[in-house]
Order: sequence, then C-alpha cells, then structure tokens
Amino acid sequence: MPGLKDVKTKIEGVSKTSQITKAMNMVASAKLRGAQEKMETFRPYAEKFAEAMRDLSGGMEGSNLELMEVREVKAVEIVVVTSDRGLCGSFNSNITTTAEKLMQKYEAEGKKVTFVSVGKKAAQAFRRSGKLRSQYNDIMGTFQMFNAREISQDITHQFVSGESDQVDLVYGKFHSVAVQRPEVEELLPIKPVEGGEEAAEAKEGVTGAYIYEPEPEEIMEVLLPLYLNVQVYHAMVEVSASEHAARMTAMDNATNACKDMIDELTQLYNKARQAAITGELMDIVGGAEALKG
Amino acid sequence: MAQIHLEVVTPSGPVISDEVDIVTAPGVGGEFGVLANHAPFLSTIKTGTLSFKKDKQTKYLMVSGGFSEVSNNKITFLVESAEYGADIDVDRAMRAKERAEKRLAQAQQQADQINRARAEAALQRALARIRAAELDRQ
Repeated sequence: MPGLKDVKTKIEGVSKTSQITKAMNMVASAKLRGAQEKMETFRPYAEKFAEAMRDLSGGMEGSNLELMEVREVKAVEIVVVTSDRGLCGSFNSNITTTAEKLMQKYEAEGKKVTFVSVGKKAAQAFRRSGKLRSQYNDIMGTFQMFNAREISQDITHQFVSGESDQVDLVYGKFHSVAVQRPEVEELLPIKPVEGGEEAAEAKEGVTGAYIYEPEPEEIMEVLLPLYLNVQVYHAMVEVSASEHAARMTAMDNATNACKDMIDELTQLYNKARQAAITGELMDIVGGAEALKG
Repeated sequence: MAQIHLEVVTPSGPVISDEVDIVTAPGVGGEFGVLANHAPFLSTIKTGTLSFKKDKQTKYLMVSGGFSEVSNNKITFLVESAEYGADIDVDRAMRAKERAEKRLAQAQQQADQINRARAEAALQRALARIRAAELDRQ
C-alpha cells in the first residue's frame, strides 16, 4: 500500500497537468478558428485560379512551357509540410511516415530522392537521412503568401535546372475537426487539367472567343509559377488548420485521461486512508485489551 | 452610364466587389482601360497601380502579380496582393524601396541572378505602393 502523502502529491501533479492540457485545448480551438478563417478567405482565390487554369491549360499539351515539361524521372523531390510544434497526436508522424513510404517506393524504382521540409517536425524527421535539401522552419505560425512563394521558387529552380524531374507534395489535409489525413499531390511537372479543352470550348460558346494579351502560352508562363504558389500556400493552410484540430483532439484525450487517473488515484487515496484508520483503531483496541488483561 | 462589375480577389480574401464606371490596370503589354460591356478578354497583370472610377471619384490600388479576366460585363483580378492607396504606409514603402535598391546593387555586383530578380520584384512593389499612395493623395 503506497503512503498517503505519495498518493496526494501524485493527485496534485496530475491535476496540474490536466489544467495545462485543458488550457492547450482551448488555445488550439481558438487558433483553429483563425486557421479556418484563413482557409475561407483563401478559397475564392484558389477556386477562381483553378477555373482559369482549367480554361487555359487544355490547349497546352505539347507546348514547351518549362514547368509542364515531362521528362524521364531520375530524381524526385518530396516537399513535406508539417507543423512546427508537437503535442498534436500522431498528426505529424502520419505525414512523415507517408513521405517515408513514398521515398521507399521511389528508391525501389531506382530514383534519387531529396526532401524539402516545411515546418520543424518534418525537418526533425528527415534531418538525419542526409536527403534533406532545404528546410523552412518556424513559418507555420504566421505564414503568408510570400513564404509560399519562396518555397515554390526554390523547388522551381531545382526542377528547371534539371536537379529534379518530379516534385511531390505531402501534407495533412483538413477533412473535419475530427479527421485529418496525409495527402500526396504531384506538384511538378504541372499537368494540363483533364477536360480543360471541353470546358474552355463550352465557355467560348457562351461568351465568344477570348482576346488574349499576350498569347495564351505567354499568359501560362506567368500563371504557372503563381499556380505553384497557390498549391504550396494551400497545403500550408490545410496543415495549419489540421494541426490545431489534431491538437484539440489530443489535448481533449489527455484531459480525459487525467480525469480518469485522478479518479483512480483518489480511490487509492481513500483506500489507503481507510486502511490507516483501521490500523490505528486496531492498535487502540489492542492496547486497551492489553491494559485490561 | 453603364457600369461594369469589378472584383479584386487576393489570397487573403476579396478586396473589392463593386459596380464601377471604368477600370485601368497595369497589363503586361501596357496599361489598359476597361469600360462596361467589354469583349471577353484575358490578360496578365504586372506589379503596378490599378485605378477605378465610381461616382466621379477615382480610387487607386497597388496590385502585384496575377491576371485579369473580363467576361459577361464583369472584370475579375486575381492578384497576389492588393492594397488601397489610402491604406499604404508611405514611410514603410520608402524604407522598403531603399532596402531593395541596396540589395539590387549588391546582387548586380555579384552577378547573382536569383537575388537580383527578387530584389527587382521587391523594388517594383515598393515603387507601386508609393505611386498608389501619392495618386490617392492628389
């Protein structure tokens, strides 16, 4: 039977932990609201952009735009987007495991793999592999479009200079507050959107032929890098919302576990206290009996 | 006077959605103006100042990198950033301009293509901000 004082200290300790987890849960839920708002404000831009890409990219097959160039794949770069901080359950490790599996798959095919990490947790996961080409840490808290631009310029440079022939993106997609799943997307080369030509034709049928300034191909040259920015930014927004949602769930679970533990410990404490009282009573009764005798 | 619907959308949300008389924008091939019932038109936008007129008042915005689409009497700008001239902090833009100039000179010396392009883009943005703010104050 543990000592009374030990149990009491333990109860106090656990209840302090539960206060912290409860506070973290509330902070995460406030931050989730912020992240979701960011997602909402970004959506119209992303949707309009995707629409324009669909209209324009249809006729671009076989064009010599360098970001759409399909080559034999010898080197793959994987961009992994995670959060900067931990304590959010298995969220980050799910993403890094997905990236690792992807790496194994490519390496089995004899392709060279390099990593670009966004968020500290990804950097930590791949730092020791020796394949981490560049890392972007401490930006997930307050990132803006220019952060995404920096990353996409970096990977574009590698792709255009022939260092990589394909770029994949792995991030945590926000499905709902309860569900976030790792998602793999192909970033480069940019593929013409399927059904784009028909969509463009249908649209032209309604509004008449578009005047392009400059030529469609030149427009695409400007649009493609921007589209890449949009995709990277999108992944970052999704990860930031997912991170806070995952942390909320993890902290909620932790708080519940604390509560269960406190209940158990309290029971133990009461039992120990009862045992002590019984013991003392036995002593008194025993003593009284001895005096009588 | 017939009006055209103007929409400016950035990654951090829509900036304007309004009926206006005329829109002037910095296209890659030069500045262009759009009136109501313009033919369908698609153009890329470079960093510069966008202006529109409504109720005899002209307003100026700084815009950077994107494109615009005209269809069905509606002009949509998808740009990476857009700021009203009245909201621009001129001192800050001035400082940004000086910084960009310094970096540009440095990059030119070292023949660093990437940093040179970056510094140039930053300089363009700073200049566009200053111009939009100045035009707004006139």
